Amino acid sequence: MLGGYKVLDLSGRLGWLAGRILVDLGADVIKVERPGIDRDDADWRAFNIGKRLLTLDVTEAAGQEAILAALPRIDILIETATPGGPEAAWLDPERLAGLNLELIHVSVTPYGREGPRAGWRASDLEIMAAGGAMSIVGEPDGTPLRISVPQSYAWAGAHAAAGALVALTHRTGGAGGQHVDVSAQVSIVTSLAHAPTFVDMLGVVPGRVGSGISGRSVHGGTYRAFWRCKDGYINFILYGGPAGRRTNKALVEWMREKDLDLGVLAEIDWDTYDPILADQDEIDRLEAPIATFFETVTKAEFLDGAFGREMLGYPVSTVADIATDPQLAAREFWQDLPSPDGGSERHCGAFYRVDGERPELSPSAAGNGGNNRHILLELGLLEAQIDALEAEHVVAAE
Amino acid sequence: MSGAAALAGVKVVEFGGYAAGPHIGKVLANFGATVVHVESKARPDGFRLQYPPYKDGEPGLNRGGCFAFFNDSKYGVTVDLKNPAGLELARRLIDWSDIVIENMRPGVMDRIGLGYETMRQTNPSLVMLSTCNMGQTGPRARTPGFGSQLSSLAGFCGAIGEADGSPMLLYGPYIDFIASVMSTSVALAALERRRRTGQGALIDVSQYESGLHFMAGALFANHRNRIVAERCGNRDAEAVPHGAYPCCDDRWVAFSCRSDAEFETLVRRLGQPALAEDPRFATTDERRRNVDELDAVLAEHCRGLDSEAVAAALQEAGIAAYRVNTIADLFHDPQLEERRTWRRRRHGEIGDQAYVFPGFDLAATPGDITRAAPLLGGDNEIVFKEFLGMTDEEFDACADREAFD
Repeated sequence: MLGGYKVLDLSGRLGWLAGRILVDLGADVIKVERPGIDRDDADWRAFNIGKRLLTLDVTEAAGQEAILAALPRIDILIETATPGGPEAAWLDPERLAGLNLELIHVSVTPYGREGPRAGWRASDLEIMAAGGAMSIVGEPDGTPLRISVPQSYAWAGAHAAAGALVALTHRTGGAGGQHVDVSAQVSIVTSLAHAPTFVDMLGVVPGRVGSGISGRSVHGGTYRAFWRCKDGYINFILYGGPAGRRTNKALVEWMREKDLDLGVLAEIDWDTYDPILADQDEIDRLEAPIATFFETVTKAEFLDGAFGREMLGYPVSTVADIATDPQLAAREFWQDLPSPDGGSERHCGAFYRVDGERPELSPSAAGNGGNNRHILLELGLLEAQIDALEAEHVVAAE
Repeated sequence: MSGAAALAGVKVVEFGGYAAGPHIGKVLANFGATVVHVESKARPDGFRLQYPPYKDGEPGLNRGGCFAFFNDSKYGVTVDLKNPAGLELARRLIDWSDIVIENMRPGVMDRIGLGYETMRQTNPSLVMLSTCNMGQTGPRARTPGFGSQLSSLAGFCGAIGEADGSPMLLYGPYIDFIASVMSTSVALAALERRRRTGQGALIDVSQYESGLHFMAGALFANHRNRIVAERCGNRDAEAVPHGAYPCCDDRWVAFSCRSDAEFETLVRRLGQPALAEDPRFATTDERRRNVDELDAVLAEHCRGLDSEAVAAALQEAGIAAYRVNTIADLFHDPQLEERRTWRRRRHGEIGDQAYVFPGFDLAATPGDITRAAPLLGGDNEIVFKEFLGMTDEEFDACADREAFD
């Protein structure tokens, strides 16, 4: 869909997903990396797949000049320079706009490019803290937690891609390019669902929810959200409402088919059941036979059974479970691409399907390098300039 | 450069409700697209009544903060899709639009006669974006599901908590917001293709698959090396210490160190320089080996300190640190204030409400919260008369036929 658009991706970890999304949308994304960077790292490969690699040292003046010389041929530039730092100086938005008025310049930073804390340092942990996400994850009386697989970089990258597309849509009206300023912290705030509205409207501060659901029983009871099963955990909640009632009925029917002791579940009229009326003792009595049942099923059996019975609830998948999910195979989600060692490696395919098909990533742009000269020529540099960059070891000779 | 909104002139119609569909339109509306949210009186958006908070704690169709939060800057109409006259209005809206966003169950738009193949007969370059749990195809396409539980299937909940403890919940339908922000990009990319080729598009976004892109590195490590990412509290493969520590002001502070030099700076700034000489903590390897003790010692020292003071002192010395902002703190954070992240707009029944501005902004054509969320059917006249050019007589005839119910 973005065929013909050229993207120069100078970003560090904070911006990688932005370029990957633009790859999925069909843009030609050139990832610039310094010589010697670890391209074998799982995150590097996963988030830079589909980009063409240009090995160029932009910490050297000659490398920066090469980028500036290429700028007139670039539609979108993505960078993650720390505000106030040396990189931010040579990537100054006004300076770059002076070289290409059509340029869409996307800056991705932890806290935004301006402001009293713009220069503050951050890794995923600090961004999750600053964005409020840690304050609502963890046990109610325990330590605020982040998600063990870093999330804030992806949030920033996804917002950066959206910003680039908004600016591109505007540009196509003949209005020229502009600077897009992305804050990872704000991107995280948008992941908090409507938690801020409780503070704003009622003065109530949502806290950590832990592994159970509180606040649904008028007697202060807590419902379980996670249950042990044969090979891990299941996420299941005794909900009310039409979908909840249908789910609860189907669960009891499932247990009946297995000849399990239903305990108090046998006496419940699910058509009138309302979870807000139970106290903790009742909740415990309801949940005990369910816990026994779930210990007899695997995650895969629960997924199949719950789907067949139109029940709410999902297994707690690991990445290994996800790798073998037939739903993803049926939709051709995974794509196998050449790996640096000449073999093959499996990646997430494009994040959408269009007109019945999932766009394929190009095998020739698997982030494996080897095309520095070709790319630089394409970007308008002359052979002699490239020779000089090679002689100075600013670009790797191949 | 122009002062007009970036997406001025882009027309969007939304069918569906809750978070995953409407959050796409909200972001487009924030940058100037004209977005019409379609409901009916019989089936209002589920967020209007099913989730608190409500104005003064009293539920009501136009009192829900949750609905309002995801629908600012839009126009709201009611159209009864079970009434032929209402269905005709829906068709006219789709014919008027550039982009249709829908997050009904797969097959529903086709069944009611508003599917892509039908609608492109009269709007040949239409872009229709469908977003749902599992995508429009595949053996589990018709799974009914909540985003809050889908976050478990996509691996997020299993990656939260202590290594030996239970998985944990995220607040709300986390994965829906991933899918919605990625959908914003693909909807606009389809519009760009249309500008160049005249071709419309039918886009199928699976919230599950979108979410997996946020786990891409961990998924790749499993595919390549059979490494299965496990939850590990706040621990990190590179940094140690790396965690959150309680302070005296009823807040926590988060910080992390990636070298011996950073650790030395950290403990000096915390007023405990001797810790850098302590053999248990002198090197990264030792700190990792004794990480439980290290966390206990740091927690003990932080307990007497103010969270903001610790963060500021550490940042001054170049150490990554931030107070663990509570949801209330977000309304006073200096960086969020700088960006005007919260923008209050007056809603007809709720009164002033703070709406959140997206994570990006544009220098030449900045976005805004252009209006408060719509009342149920509150913009029927504007949308059908002004946008679609309906005469008063036509409008009244539709009302007589209960098309707006």
